[in-house]
Amino acid sequence: MSALNAPRTRYVAPVGRDERIWLAFAVVWCLFLFVIMYVWQFFGEQRTPIESYRIEPSEFRALTQDYIASHRVGEVEGVPIVVPTDGGEAFLAARAFQFEPVLQLKVGESVRIYLSSYDFQHGLSIQPLNLNFQVLPGYVYVVNLTATTTGEFGLVCNEFCGLGHHVMSGRIIVTD
Amino acid sequence: MTTATAPTPSGLLWRVCQVTGYRVYTPVQRLILVNAVAAVVSLTLGGILALMMALTRWEAVSLLPAELYYRFTSAHGVLMLVFWIVFFEIAALLFGGTILINHRLKGVRFAWTYSVLMVVGAIVTTATALSGHANNMFTAYPPLVNHPMFYVGILLFAVGALLGACHFVYQVWTARREGVVAGPLPLVVYALLAAAIIAIWTLLHGAVAYVPALLQSLGLITLDAAVYRTLFWGFGHGAQQINLAAMVAVWYALAAITTGARPVNEGLSRFAFVLYLVGINMGSMHHLLVDPGIGMHARIINTSYFMYAALLGSLIHAFSIPAALETAQRARGYTNGLFEWFLRGPWREPGYSALMISVIGFGFIAGVSGVLMGTMQLNMLIHNTLFVVGHFHATVVLGTTVAFMGLAYYVVPLVAQRDLAFLGLARWQPALYGTGLLTMIGGMMLAGKLGASRRVWDPSFSGAPLQVESLTSPLMTFANTLIGLGAIVAVAGGAAFVLIMVATVFFGRRSDKPAIGTLGIIAGEQGPRSDVEIPEYDHHAKRFQAPGTTTLVFIFLVWFVAMFAWAAFNLGNVGWGVS
Repeated sequence: MSALNAPRTRYVAPVGRDERIWLAFAVVWCLFLFVIMYVWQFFGEQRTPIESYRIEPSEFRALTQDYIASHRVGEVEGVPIVVPTDGGEAFLAARAFQFEPVLQLKVGESVRIYLSSYDFQHGLSIQPLNLNFQVLPGYVYVVNLTATTTGEFGLVCNEFCGLGHHVMSGRIIVTD
Repeated sequence: MTTATAPTPSGLLWRVCQVTGYRVYTPVQRLILVNAVAAVVSLTLGGILALMMALTRWEAVSLLPAELYYRFTSAHGVLMLVFWIVFFEIAALLFGGTILINHRLKGVRFAWTYSVLMVVGAIVTTATALSGHANNMFTAYPPLVNHPMFYVGILLFAVGALLGACHFVYQVWTARREGVVAGPLPLVVYALLAAAIIAIWTLLHGAVAYVPALLQSLGLITLDAAVYRTLFWGFGHGAQQINLAAMVAVWYALAAITTGARPVNEGLSRFAFVLYLVGINMGSMHHLLVDPGIGMHARIINTSYFMYAALLGSLIHAFSIPAALETAQRARGYTNGLFEWFLRGPWREPGYSALMISVIGFGFIAGVSGVLMGTMQLNMLIHNTLFVVGHFHATVVLGTTVAFMGLAYYVVPLVAQRDLAFLGLARWQPALYGTGLLTMIGGMMLAGKLGASRRVWDPSFSGAPLQVESLTSPLMTFANTLIGLGAIVAVAGGAAFVLIMVATVFFGRRSDKPAIGTLGIIAGEQGPRSDVEIPEYDHHAKRFQAPGTTTLVFIFLVWFVAMFAWAAFNLGNVGWGVS
């Protein structure tokens, strides 16, 4: 009787020795994979950001523009550069087709980034760290970052956002 | 061999298959073939687009302009992920709901109605996408929208598929009520029933997502971005779980067809399908792990299918399918050492090589990468990178599509009653296709690991005002080259399959006993049976019954743990604090 034929009426067989050993390992592995996410989230250095709020895209745009105006220290390729003040709050906006502003961070200092979009859905991809977050209009995603290495880090959009998607980038600069 | 003069209850409506011994209700044959042909047409179109897309991302070729790349990406997604797969699944459900359980098709006209509905829907959506009115991907996240006709077509198709899935459940129910099936269902039909049940609630999710999307595209309502993503992935992820259940059903079928294998533990295998039903749709969360708006417990409990219930189901199949093959091959006398049964398998049989490529590729690459991506914190390294694309080509193509192709080599000639054309080519096709896919998937995963995004015309963002230098490197060029070369080989393998199918259905030599390769089954009175006596699995034995399989699954577990540890190391290696 193959899998193509009906089995006998009573088909519930006891679980044999090799099946039992495999099942035991499989169950332990499944439980490990489940528990490790909680362990990571409470004790790990890289935790998934959870905190988020609703906001109107127009309001987020206004807050970001105010923030840029009051924290601006320069400009690169027409994109304003800002330095978050102590207390470490920063706004990072995605729009078609640019991330703004360029954030200039200090190594070792934690910054609380309010991430959202003015228009479409975007994806924030920090390179070459390869850290990726979804950016939704109407929601502020709070991403806390503590840079441990200096240099320039590229941002690219990794959610399709229209025909200019492939020119949408940004930057984070980390200084000593 | 018996001749085809077995009792025919209602005259010309029945025939007996001389290869398998199944009684076949003839009106269902054309329906199966129409759905199979629609599937192959979708696959052909999708494959042509795939080649052009891969050659666009490969900088050395850069084939298409940006607009066409996005247009074809939208069309390729819906053609492959929805139309090819679901048409084939409806063909499989029609096959499983009649021939496999010795039942007539109740409601032939009804079946034609939903098949035509699906074809019309597929044409409307494909035409809308190819004419450039649905460039915002088949996910079309609000506030982006596609043309209303795109959604109209998908909804028509989904309604048809929903009716098809319900029809299968009705077939099984009436077979039971009328006493056609007295005891338990055959395992393959049981598995298809699990797939049909997942399909029903998935397609209902589809309506919940696509009806509002249609209304938004008409300017009648405005959708919330996060709410739509949640609704959409109830459909989008569920659709892939139909494929998973259907693929495992096909695995059991191919194991039986090519080696005569019998399930080692009917009860345990069925329990694994119940675990799929219980847990698997929670996996929709995999797509939302780095989204705003969702709490920690909701993320963790859902992404783990409640403590990995569905993964446990897959791990059960990971043992039971090779164990069934091993038992069958040992009964044939391949008893030396741990792996003679494996090494001396019928590799020249297209269904067998397709089965092995699908099982091994799905397990080692698709399944493991899926669990990595579904781990909440690891998802930060992977979300929306090309690694995701590598993963789902491993699941849906290397796994599901290869398995479906393997089954088509038997079902299509037997149902069409024509010899399988180009048998020599068919023997090589799974290996050719598999090699191309492995190369392409490897390239995608490497590129994703290096930071390449999915769904982007220019992966190096070279036209952006702020340049990102890390996206250009010799290793990235190597990865893109692998993708391009792999796609060329894979498309050649896919074209070979299409050629064989078209030649078989339309030009194959008519035969009452079609030539389809060398099977491990022979015609029995109540359907096929194994050509050799295969002993029952001894569940009380002190010795290991399938030592080779036991060794293999632990090799697999070591690989799984190692990949998880490596991914965890990579996340730690980011160095930056994230929370």
